Amino acid sequence: MTASTEYLFEGADWDFPKLQRIHDACEEIARTELGLDVYPNQIEIITAEQMLDAYSSAGMPLFYKHWSFGKHFAHHEAFYRKGLRGLAYEIVINSSPCISYLMEENTATMQTLVIAHAAFGHNHFFKNNYLFRQWTDAEGILDYLDFAKTYVAQCEERYGRLAVEVTLDAAHALMSHGIDRYPGKKSLDLRVEEKRAEERRAHEQSMFNDLWRTVPTGPVKSAELLSTERRRKLLGLPQENILYFLEKVAPRLQPWQRELLRIVRHIAQYFYPQSQTKVMNEGTATYVHYRIMTRLHEQGRLSDGNFLEFLQSHTNVVFQPDFDDPRFSDFNPYALGFAMMQDIERIVSNPDDEDREWFPDIAGKGHVMAVLRDIWANYRDESFISQFLSPRLMRSWRMFHLHDDPQETAGIKVDAIHDARGYRRIRRELARQYDVGYLDPNIEVIDVDLAGDRRLMLRHVVVKGAQLNETDARRVLQHLADLWTYDVSLVEVDARDNVLKEYVVSPRALAVAA
Amino acid sequence: MFIVDRRLNPGSKSLENRQRFLRRAKALVQGAVKKTSEGRDIKDVLEGGEVSIPLDGMHEPRFRREGGTRDRVIPGNKKFVEGDILPRSGEGRGKASEPGEGDGEDDFRFVLSRDEFVDLFLDDLELPDLAKRKLADAESEGLQRAGYSTSGSPANISVSRTVQLAMARRIALRRPRPETIAQLEAELAECHDEARRAELEAEIEAMKAKSRRIPFIDPIDIRFRRFETVPKPVAQAVMFCLMDVSGSMSEHMKDLAKRFYMLLYVFLTRRYRHVEIVFIRHTDRAEEVDEDTFFHGPASGGTMVSSALQAMHDIVRSRFRPSDWNIYAAQASDGDNSISDSAVTGRLLTEMILPVSQFFAYLEVGEAGGGTFDMPDSSLWTLYQRLRADGAPLSMRKVSDRSEIFPVFHDLFQRRRNQEKAAP
Repeated sequence: MTASTEYLFEGADWDFPKLQRIHDACEEIARTELGLDVYPNQIEIITAEQMLDAYSSAGMPLFYKHWSFGKHFAHHEAFYRKGLRGLAYEIVINSSPCISYLMEENTATMQTLVIAHAAFGHNHFFKNNYLFRQWTDAEGILDYLDFAKTYVAQCEERYGRLAVEVTLDAAHALMSHGIDRYPGKKSLDLRVEEKRAEERRAHEQSMFNDLWRTVPTGPVKSAELLSTERRRKLLGLPQENILYFLEKVAPRLQPWQRELLRIVRHIAQYFYPQSQTKVMNEGTATYVHYRIMTRLHEQGRLSDGNFLEFLQSHTNVVFQPDFDDPRFSDFNPYALGFAMMQDIERIVSNPDDEDREWFPDIAGKGHVMAVLRDIWANYRDESFISQFLSPRLMRSWRMFHLHDDPQETAGIKVDAIHDARGYRRIRRELARQYDVGYLDPNIEVIDVDLAGDRRLMLRHVVVKGAQLNETDARRVLQHLADLWTYDVSLVEVDARDNVLKEYVVSPRALAVAA
Repeated sequence: MFIVDRRLNPGSKSLENRQRFLRRAKALVQGAVKKTSEGRDIKDVLEGGEVSIPLDGMHEPRFRREGGTRDRVIPGNKKFVEGDILPRSGEGRGKASEPGEGDGEDDFRFVLSRDEFVDLFLDDLELPDLAKRKLADAESEGLQRAGYSTSGSPANISVSRTVQLAMARRIALRRPRPETIAQLEAELAECHDEARRAELEAEIEAMKAKSRRIPFIDPIDIRFRRFETVPKPVAQAVMFCLMDVSGSMSEHMKDLAKRFYMLLYVFLTRRYRHVEIVFIRHTDRAEEVDEDTFFHGPASGGTMVSSALQAMHDIVRSRFRPSDWNIYAAQASDGDNSISDSAVTGRLLTEMILPVSQFFAYLEVGEAGGGTFDMPDSSLWTLYQRLRADGAPLSMRKVSDRSEIFPVFHDLFQRRRNQEKAAP
């Protein structure tokens, strides 16, 4: 490639032809030098207010209406107005075409950074990572959101705003338990899903005949006939996807309520991979923008001043405060991800003996991008960290592991530090911090008392003694009971099946009458 | 690659969500608004701004865990070695708090715009319907479109409707189209066959006759836009501020009066399109002044309330016709009045002022620190109370402290008025 001596832009101002030039320059580097494979890009310029709008609806361009989004908007806005919090430079959506929102206030350098980061880094990750391929449907998501928005609006017209709001409140409370964690029989196709919902509704309407209501049904099979085993099998129990269970089995839900649960469930599922790949996703994007920006500067297409501006924001993004710093909250996914990507680059191209011992598969392989692309495609945070966190990085970040046992009155124990004895333990513990299996409480529907009072029974398997927050748990169970319309019970058991706590919640009168 | 400029898209996409949120949180927000406004200065009481509401009820619950054994890897070790025990609080900072959740959100703070704030603030208030009996003929008439009619003045012809009807009639009666006739005539010019010519001529003649019989526009097609007169409530109001500025009125008392006037003003501006204010100050004689003089100008002399009422009456007669204006009056005084003036004041008020006013409020202001209940009934208070007992539609309250202004104002304009109940 011939190094062009012309700058892509000068100064801080940008316009649309410049954005096009920037994008093309980034694309050239991304495709030829980094070998990235991306969805087509769509870049949208928005104002700060629109950015706030997008914030409050989970970054999605169109979302159904619900008061909770208004609450988040008010909250973000209050912080933003006071200057307590800046806004993100961009938001990127996992869809095809991949939509990146750019703030109009950004300088030309920032736009370049953001295009490299979002339109190529994140975009490549969305398109290639196995979790996204397995769980999300980039082609269909925008159509599906549009469908969801229209559907919710229609429901409000037909059944009243309050009824819809109550159902959505309940569904939102259970959103984190509306996810299939194991791949099902077929992959998700949201377009088909949308069509199916429409057909079902049309069919119902065309087939409606009031006569059927009056036809006597045959004698109900006695509950004894169905053995417990068979019943559990029929209901698909135990089931950890509570929303799915309600949608399919809840006895008194209206069809539209089931559809609403389904919508919330699909959206939760869509976001599921994102929560598992924060470090990798941001690490990939940051690594990509760093490579592209550096290359642009080497090619002489980015002036020294603009490059310094870039370096300054880059350094801010990958800043990791120490644990005793007042700014510390947790690991910064940008910093950790970027540091690990750079570390892998070093191991692949220039390993030392320690690296050869720890990473025999990649050390000294020579082809950095091939190794990285493979990692980006086939790992999630947990497996990524447990495979590729190197002793050198643990040393330079001076990581240590704290073990806090409430029974131990003396205090908190330092369980491992960055030494030969501690590397593996630290790595295991850190990986576990990113394991969704540990992040969400493990709650399952275990049975329904069909013969008796139709009570829905849930079980929470307590891990490491962490029980549910009682106030919240009661509220969520209240929502659950309102949807189920009969009593709901939840037992918390430890690993040895000892019952630690039991909740029983009855549905509210309002929901029963509905 | 596409670049889409979304900046010009209609903003406030989440406005509806916000309104839903406010509606849901209405009771809480309203309480917060009242509480915030008490601590504020009158000028910025209606400026909007940040309120905080308890999160309860607005909370979105999730199953979340707490307690138990925690393991955590963090960066930045400086001096610890394996096996060290760190104290639970204090410098080690081992105790990790769950990010994002926890105690930080007990109160939910957000910013209300000025309109939202005023709406919520005045939401449960309404105009007094004291003088409704006067209002009936105080309405003016306005015109409003009301469909079409078959008669009317030529200026009101509705061309589109007329042409539409004419076309319908022409089609229904099969009036020959000019093009058809022109076509036949062209054929006639070409034609040399005699028999065919005669046939064509006859046909053309018949068609022409028919189009003469069926006019292009007939009088029965004509429609006029019809207007109806509807009574329109008067959309303008005038607010009279009457104040005693004699030496006995202290700065504090004037401040109380000012606060009340401002609230009344804000309230009226939300109900009427146009609100004018007239300031009348009086000692033993009254004069109309501008706002600054009203509140700050020095004056001295005795006290004759009747002079102010007379001035107001004159101004109403010369500038504000009661049939065109909604008249509101608020009088503030420390209650002093010369004994000889009582009869005149009473007569002026009941015969001249009250019949033309929508609302007349009397605010008796007291010295700071003196509780309202300690204030002995002044001469003016006694007089007004007697008038009220005789059925005069008067509102009266005593106020001696800034914090009482809002409650008193609320009390006066509450939706379910218990106006006639004796004042405290």
